[in-house]
Amino acid sequence: MDLIESYKEELQLIRKPWTRIWVGALVVAVLLLPFYGPEHVTYIVTIIWLYSVGVMGQNILIGYTGQISFGQAGFLAIGAYTFGHLIRLEIPLSLSILGGGVAAGLFGILVGFPSLRLKGPYLAIATMGFGVAVYQIFVNSELLSGGRMGLSIPKLEPWFGMSSVMFSYYFNFIFMLGFALLTYNIISSYMGRAFIAIRDNDIAAEVIGVNLTRYKLLSFAISSFYTGIQGALYALFVGYLEPNMFNFMVSITLFVAVIIGGLASVEGSIMGAAFVVLVPQLFSDYKEMVPVIFGVTILIILIFEPLGLAGRWMKTRVYLRNWPFR
Amino acid sequence: MELFIQYSVSGLSTGAVYALVALGLVLIYRSTRILNFAHGDISTCGAFVAFALLSLNVPFSVAALASLLSGAVLAMAFYFGILVPAQRRDATHLGQIILTLGLGLILQGAVAYFGGTEPQSFPFPLSEFKVYKVASVTLSQLSAGTLAISLLGCILFYVLVQRTKIGLAMRATSENLQAAQTLGIPTRQVLALSWGLAAALGVLAGLFLAPALLLDPFFMLEPFLKGFAAAILGGMNSLPGAIVGGLILGVAEALTGGFLSMAFKNSFAFIVIIVVLLLRPEGLLGEEFKERV
Repeated sequence: MDLIESYKEELQLIRKPWTRIWVGALVVAVLLLPFYGPEHVTYIVTIIWLYSVGVMGQNILIGYTGQISFGQAGFLAIGAYTFGHLIRLEIPLSLSILGGGVAAGLFGILVGFPSLRLKGPYLAIATMGFGVAVYQIFVNSELLSGGRMGLSIPKLEPWFGMSSVMFSYYFNFIFMLGFALLTYNIISSYMGRAFIAIRDNDIAAEVIGVNLTRYKLLSFAISSFYTGIQGALYALFVGYLEPNMFNFMVSITLFVAVIIGGLASVEGSIMGAAFVVLVPQLFSDYKEMVPVIFGVTILIILIFEPLGLAGRWMKTRVYLRNWPFR
Repeated sequence: MELFIQYSVSGLSTGAVYALVALGLVLIYRSTRILNFAHGDISTCGAFVAFALLSLNVPFSVAALASLLSGAVLAMAFYFGILVPAQRRDATHLGQIILTLGLGLILQGAVAYFGGTEPQSFPFPLSEFKVYKVASVTLSQLSAGTLAISLLGCILFYVLVQRTKIGLAMRATSENLQAAQTLGIPTRQVLALSWGLAAALGVLAGLFLAPALLLDPFFMLEPFLKGFAAAILGGMNSLPGAIVGGLILGVAEALTGGFLSMAFKNSFAFIVIIVVLLLRPEGLLGEEFKERV
């Protein structure tokens, strides 16, 4: 939507001074939320940050590379359980979280191999098969899942004498911010361009010299790394793990977040994460209606606004900027 | 050897249900290239319609017919009400698949809201505990009935597709949409009919699974995924492949459950999906993948 005149400008995250001001204000507001917001709100926003990490990762795969995947729950489970087992072995926190992400990333490469031959709906089924298979392996193996009582994970002692809610808020916020910046960097680098080229036309991308094998697998690895990190953060946040936290519905939820937030958009990923976290919270009295709301929103978005919430937001901004002209 | 035959026979009866599910999926995939993620939820809806009617003391045959019809109407309404407008707005192929996912979520929520999430037992005229003994093989009344009705459904469906004028129109439409339109085939109606038929097949499978699995809003999820596996195994665009794939999957699953381990039984279908997709993506009876450059 903007006119870009130089490469430096293209790499800038924020181009207009006004945008800088309101984005800055937004960041300050978000940073200070634990001080003025009620604890309940802080808690929910923490979950939004945590989800954003995984949704951004899936957006790299689904939105930017155009590879449809329904195996998110599998990667989440792998990330969460790897983290859980590592931290119970008293491995340092940072290494455990990284371990969760890396384990999920490795499985991502494994699942990525079918993507070299399969397209669209077939890939969806293959990844869905993976997600459900991982879930069932965890259900059936007490060694991996920690048995009937679930795997309990030691809570982190808050640093700098913060309250635990405030601490986990900042802890997850830093991860979200870090991964958001990382995602911006990835998509404006050669790698991101390669992903987009593969999405738009993979044969054309190969012809102009994009190594399809490498970049498809990389996309899978990166996205499942993100999802694995989300799993680890989630495990740390909730404090225990059981296989039922990773059923097929979870894959669908993450997928819905990507679609509703907006394909190929980082802000959209955060909006989508906020959507799938807030809707069940707001409608907690009508639990059964949550899938209905998800479904109806998908129908509306796909028919009327294929770019999702991020697309609507962008159109609103352009409209306001040019007001009263159109 | 006796065990082997026993497992095979009970596997055939589950396989027949998978075949019904797979047929519905393949029918839609063949004619519109859409994977119907709402297939399982439409069958659940149908089963709940039958359940609601049965608790009002409606005779079983009427309730079963009504449930088949409700499933078909639901699928056709989705086709005309959502899919066609989306196609008019140039929805992408992937977008249309995601639309079915949305429908599935809506139905799932609606069933949970109106039917409750508690598992309920489904009254069925055939009993699971009455068994027939042929030679050394025992077969419950339910699985015998399932096998018979499913095979009958498959045969009727085959006759419809291969021997009638409507079937010819359906085949023409799935072969080449533009050509069929040029020849004056009302493709919209034909496609709507395909959606309706597919949904009815799914509901039929749901009716036979409900008594064995207890009725709750998610009871069709697993058979639906297995039906997917069967369809992949047989080839996504081959109708006979769906039947063959379903039967093979059912038997293979029963054999692994019996001889290897029960825990492994449920993951088996998904391993089948991944292996088939890696080795022979077009499935057993499907045509070669054609890639246009």
